[in-house]
Amino acid sequence: MAEVTVTVDGVKYADNVEPRMLLVHYLREVVGKTGTPIGCDTSNCGACTVLMDGKSVKSCAVLAIQADGAQITTIEGLSEGGLHPLQEAFHEQHALQCGYCTPGMIMAAADLLRENPNPSNEEIREGLEGNLCRCTGYENIVRAVRRAADAGVNQ
Amino acid sequence: MTTQAEETKAAEFGQARLRKEDERLITGQTNWTDNIKLPGMLHVAFLRSPLAHARIASVDVSAAREEPGVIAVYAGADFAGEQGSLPCAWPVTPDIIIPDHPPMAVDEVRYVGEAVACVVARDRYAAADALNAIEIDYEPLPPVLDIRTAIEDGSPKVHEAGNQSFDFLFQQGDLDSAFHDAPIIMERTYRQQRLIPAAMEPRAVVASGVGGEFTLWSATQIPHILRLMLAMVTGIGEQNLRVIAPDVGGGFGSKLQVTAEEVLALLITRKLGRPVKWTESRSEGNMTVHHGRDQWQYIKLAADNDGRIRGLDVDLLADMGAYLMLVTPGVPLLGAFMFPGIYKMDGYSFRCRGVFTTKMPTDAYRGAGRPEATFAIERIMDELADQLGLDPFEVRERNWIKHEEFPFTTIAGLTYDSGNYEAATAKAKELFGYDELRAEQERRRASGDPVQLGIGVSTFTEMCGLAPSRVLGSLAYGAGGWESASIRMLPTGKVEVVTGSSAHGQGHETAWSQIVSDQLGVPFEDIRVLHGDTQVSPKGMDTYGSRSLAVGGMALVSACDKVIEKAKPIAAGMLEVSADDLEWAAGRWAVKGDPDKGVTLGEVALATFAAHALPDGVEPSIDADATYDPENFSFPHGTHLCATEVDTETGFVKIRSYVAVDDIGKVVNPLIVEGQVHGGLAQGIAQALYEEAIYDDDGNLVTSTLADYLVPSATDLPSYQTDRTETPAETRLGVKGVGEAGTIASTPAVVNAIVDALRPFGIHDITMPCTPERVWRAIQDSRGGEQASAAEQHEARQSDQTQGNSPQGVGDIDQSGSAS
Repeated sequence: MAEVTVTVDGVKYADNVEPRMLLVHYLREVVGKTGTPIGCDTSNCGACTVLMDGKSVKSCAVLAIQADGAQITTIEGLSEGGLHPLQEAFHEQHALQCGYCTPGMIMAAADLLRENPNPSNEEIREGLEGNLCRCTGYENIVRAVRRAADAGVNQ
Repeated sequence: MTTQAEETKAAEFGQARLRKEDERLITGQTNWTDNIKLPGMLHVAFLRSPLAHARIASVDVSAAREEPGVIAVYAGADFAGEQGSLPCAWPVTPDIIIPDHPPMAVDEVRYVGEAVACVVARDRYAAADALNAIEIDYEPLPPVLDIRTAIEDGSPKVHEAGNQSFDFLFQQGDLDSAFHDAPIIMERTYRQQRLIPAAMEPRAVVASGVGGEFTLWSATQIPHILRLMLAMVTGIGEQNLRVIAPDVGGGFGSKLQVTAEEVLALLITRKLGRPVKWTESRSEGNMTVHHGRDQWQYIKLAADNDGRIRGLDVDLLADMGAYLMLVTPGVPLLGAFMFPGIYKMDGYSFRCRGVFTTKMPTDAYRGAGRPEATFAIERIMDELADQLGLDPFEVRERNWIKHEEFPFTTIAGLTYDSGNYEAATAKAKELFGYDELRAEQERRRASGDPVQLGIGVSTFTEMCGLAPSRVLGSLAYGAGGWESASIRMLPTGKVEVVTGSSAHGQGHETAWSQIVSDQLGVPFEDIRVLHGDTQVSPKGMDTYGSRSLAVGGMALVSACDKVIEKAKPIAAGMLEVSADDLEWAAGRWAVKGDPDKGVTLGEVALATFAAHALPDGVEPSIDADATYDPENFSFPHGTHLCATEVDTETGFVKIRSYVAVDDIGKVVNPLIVEGQVHGGLAQGIAQALYEEAIYDDDGNLVTSTLADYLVPSATDLPSYQTDRTETPAETRLGVKGVGEAGTIASTPAVVNAIVDALRPFGIHDITMPCTPERVWRAIQDSRGGEQASAAEQHEARQSDQTQGNSPQGVGDIDQSGSAS
């Protein structure tokens, strides 16, 4: 077992975990942050995307011990009070149906807009290439990110 | 004069309401099955067969039992007396072979991934670890992988009773005279590849039992059907079994199933007296969630020289996989009624043989039988147009049912109640810029542009609103097709709506609120929709086949009617008038001629709750239940157009534009409808271009991860242009269903566009998925090794046609089939 200290959505946690434990399992099963779901086991789908020290990571591709000392932001901590503009945009543009990919999609979009506050539609598609959605055909996801960008999320 | 009720109706029905469901989904507060934690809960992991076909010689679980954190280890024999057989509810012919299907294999395994043992442990890591300590000796048997050879005598057998499960024949009209002396007879072979539904939420099950009463949470589309089937399989009394589908992350048919893991979770919790959870990994799911499609289609079409269809002969081989699951044999047969599509003809024959292989069973996947049928007819219509030198729309229009001919009974015996193919087509062509694109195509062909433009047409219809119970009975399906709804009027005037249609992403909570708001005159916000728990919603047939709104929505309206009628005598009592003097308007019972004197449904609900002054003989409740059994299917239709740019040097296909004009009747919520169309298009395009479940020669699934199975990402798909035309269904709501339209329509539109781009090369088909390699190889083959340019090919073809000597001469029987 190894000791990790991780700040998740602003709260500091210290736990003993197996060295092989994935960050996503740590978040879901140890910390209890079930807002971040798991969609695959090969890091293809992106459903488990969170921000680690401000940058998006697929939390199934990170060990909990690699997150030692890190600040993790999940969908549950994206906004302090009220909805984040990306959450609002996903709602308003009907950018989700079953919603399973949505937490990861929103976290990846947040990182995309951090790097490029005014992306073209092509750049939005490229930026979200690592996140799969089976319901929406992506059309409304692109519209939602576009809308959040136009609203100046990161400006 | 417009009543206030009608104004309220206009306020909700047809509005692009934002979804009620979204708040929990966008904030990470969703209740997925895998989120559930119960006190004392154990975790289950399954050991799965590494062989496609083998006898199980011995199983030794003793070492695994000694692993840390392990509570129990079971093999198939441990469940032998209680696990029963997984159900098949659709015995399509009287002599169908339905093999025994134990949830956990006991003597023999028949596909890679079949469960052979399981570990129950303190956590999921410990359970997975201990699987390695289980020893199983297998005696390999020959795999059976190709349905075309599996039905031949001498093929190794999947089951002792033989590899052919059923032979279903359906004939209408006079096929012999349709084909006799027909000037044009075309033969085509089309391949429907095997697909993996790949809902984003993997399956998960939690089971718990206290004092003989069991609760099962499952990521399922069908809590009601599941409850009944689990009771029948396990012997647990139905009254002692509650099934809950919490938030469910997509299904597309894949969660319309009674799975081995659901049965075994219940049995394990019964054995151990503790709650258990199982959540699959994606690789486990790709192997063991039922697959979709997988057919060989042998199509013959007879036509006159003017393009009029005389007859259609369909002969299918359908891969059942290793066993028949819930509706496995029925899926290809849904296509039996759909191959004629929107076209008139004199004779029709449909034959389907279901064949066993040592692969994962197939079952419903978005469209279920109808995409296969639509693909074949829409592909061969393009071939007919090409053969006659006609525009694809011209040949379609000469055959389709004219708008003034509705209602129309098709050769397959279905009565299409409404539709207007002319209107949808006109709108689609205009949005697409059809004539301009044809002109551009001609220019590119003439100049020998290495990037050729192709235009694909799909004028599809589908049968939705599953289904009239009597029809299902005549097809030997094991249940009815009705749907149930309840309205509970709360004392505060708020409303609880209970639906038997169990949503998993469709937005029922929003659309149902809109409908009820209009019917009862209660604000949208004051309505809560409950579903997906058999204790809350005791009756239902669940969600599949674009049935929720067309069937469940009608049940909802009936329940609202009953509430209003039950409120009437109570309102009369409150107003001290005769019930005959009341009229219903805008959520109020009001005195005729004196609209200011009235009571709202909320006021009636409160008075009913108090029950102090109800008229004699009136029960203190205005709640109501209703069950609706449709009289007919619904028949959405549309015209889809796809423009592809095909790089003839690399084989790469790019969708340049896609226009979908759908007629789904009346629309409750255009936002939800558009989303359904987008998602459907994505899945249909994915079948055309990207996805295929591939087994190797030993029967191993090669595409077991999302790295190998190409669910498209945002960069793989185009932007879509959608629009609608509207001919209402002949029901009170006028709705038809939209869940599957995009998937059904788009696959042939895309492949037609690719083939259209490659016509100058004499290419008549590309097998799906149309990968760059397949496209490139088809071009190479057409050149016979020579580097003829598109322009040269175009010129040669033009000259052939002027001499009345097209590449496939009229009257020839063309055998060109699929390429691989």
